[in-house]
Amino acid sequence: MRVVVCIKQVFDPAELKVDPSTRLLITDGVSKKISDFDKNAIEEAVRLKEKYQAETFVITMGPADAMRALREALAMGIDNAYLLSDPAFENSDTLATAKVLAAAIKKIGNVDLVLLAEASMDGYSGMVGPRLAALLNLPQLTYVRSIVSIGDGKIVVERDLEEGYEVVEAKLPALVTVTKEINEPRFATLPKIMAASKKKVDTWGAAELGLAKEEVGLAGSAIQVMKAEAPVMGRKNIIFQGELQQQVEELVKALVKEGVLKV
Amino acid sequence: MTVLVFSENMEVAAELLGKGKELAGELGTKLAAALLGTGVKGKEGELFAYGADVVYVVDHPALTPFFPETYADALAKVVEEAKPEVILIGATKRGKETAPRLATKLNAGCAAGATNLRIDKEKRLLIAERPAISAMVVATEYSKTKPQIATVAPRTFEKPPRDDSRKGEVVEVKVDLTVPEKKVLELKKKEVKGIKIEDAELITSCGRGFRKKEDLKMLEELASLIGATLGCSRPIAADLKWLPEDHWVGLSGHKVKPKMYMAVGISGQVQHLAGMRDSKIIVAINKDPEAPIFKVADYGIVGDLYQVLPALINYLKSRKG
Repeated sequence: MRVVVCIKQVFDPAELKVDPSTRLLITDGVSKKISDFDKNAIEEAVRLKEKYQAETFVITMGPADAMRALREALAMGIDNAYLLSDPAFENSDTLATAKVLAAAIKKIGNVDLVLLAEASMDGYSGMVGPRLAALLNLPQLTYVRSIVSIGDGKIVVERDLEEGYEVVEAKLPALVTVTKEINEPRFATLPKIMAASKKKVDTWGAAELGLAKEEVGLAGSAIQVMKAEAPVMGRKNIIFQGELQQQVEELVKALVKEGVLKV
Repeated sequence: MTVLVFSENMEVAAELLGKGKELAGELGTKLAAALLGTGVKGKEGELFAYGADVVYVVDHPALTPFFPETYADALAKVVEEAKPEVILIGATKRGKETAPRLATKLNAGCAAGATNLRIDKEKRLLIAERPAISAMVVATEYSKTKPQIATVAPRTFEKPPRDDSRKGEVVEVKVDLTVPEKKVLELKKKEVKGIKIEDAELITSCGRGFRKKEDLKMLEELASLIGATLGCSRPIAADLKWLPEDHWVGLSGHKVKPKMYMAVGISGQVQHLAGMRDSKIIVAINKDPEAPIFKVADYGIVGDLYQVLPALINYLKSRKG
């Protein structure tokens, strides 16, 4: 069984700040990390390797520094990694992104299972998984909180929906997106980190993936962003001081004055 | 040329019809709805009542159970017939996995989870606003491909008044559907209390600062004193299951806009903030002065909730006499 995990490196939201004068995001010097839920997808792939001897691959589309995210996935136990990087890929929307990932998955070949997170932390659209499934013509199983079993060319999963938990069986190959609740991602150990840092990781650009430049990046994107500004958040930011009792009284009085409490 | 609306959830379909009416008015086109399922023919009335001029019906045995693959195929066929300029799809989980599959079949863009939609009349563009980059910013975007698709979360737009006297045109769409090799083996019910946290005027909400389930009693007592509804962050509902999911506030839970939102023991992860940042007044109680929740709060107490809550409860009781 061959399993491919698609991950994304994002700005660490804890470090993101807005420039109050322009209301634009300050990204200079902000560190990047693997999008939180992607770690659950990586962990699930490693568990499939441990349970079913699956051969595991990780791919990410991004700039050269996304290599760090791949190394971390290798250190968690993934076997092989490919960086999908090309200036032509910059500013891809979810459609162009899915096209790049689809080309890489076809190049890896004979893939039985594609794993992603339910959504990325930054865009949080949850669209890349279903788009990728459509391009690869695979059945999709989204919001999976448990992979129940794999066998006889079939996968059984439990999906987390508004109305309940849906247990679904699908024929492989298939695409699965996982929720944060599916597992607790492991930490990479030092020997594994050392080994992962030595591993050869190939970079594939548009040419290696057989993609025309107008299919990808901004040119291949349907969505055009006109602007991205922080919403005006006129918050008072009053932190009460002094003895606890005094703080509590001031809080209640403030809320009564605001007209939200009637006591 | 139409504005086309689809949601498998009638409540959400009604909300989208309300907004769709406005967009169709701007574009000078009709408002259409897609009705998909098995044995749905003849059930168009509600869609007309909420504003649809035309209902495209795909009644097919392969549309039960709901598989996004077949629903995307059926919708693609409706799109062929209706030739919509704009498509709005309800961002329930089923909608969120069907819309991108449809958009990809049409090689089209899709604005995910639009919080605001308007029309640029001159260019006939659908302009969407949506939270982006960890919900730190609002992106304003349009799609350079047609049809222009957007998904919209439940309760983003007002449900229009219902008019049962409205009639419209029914168009039956015939489609060959290939059912994916999937089987639904079971649907396990979730514990729901049927509370509508989105309707609550006051919300007191708990996060990981609470050490055990029993401790939520303190928050319940506070809530009953001031007439508030309990809310919670993702781990409390999805991981620990201390509260049913109808209490879950956040990007993947419920989006709320109460008069007051009190976050107790909630650090303020981006996903949570996106679900409550439109509250009129935000109160934060957290022992970590650096917690991001304080950045979006109007009033804050830096302290251990195990001391702050009892003090707050006692003071409220003393005021009540």
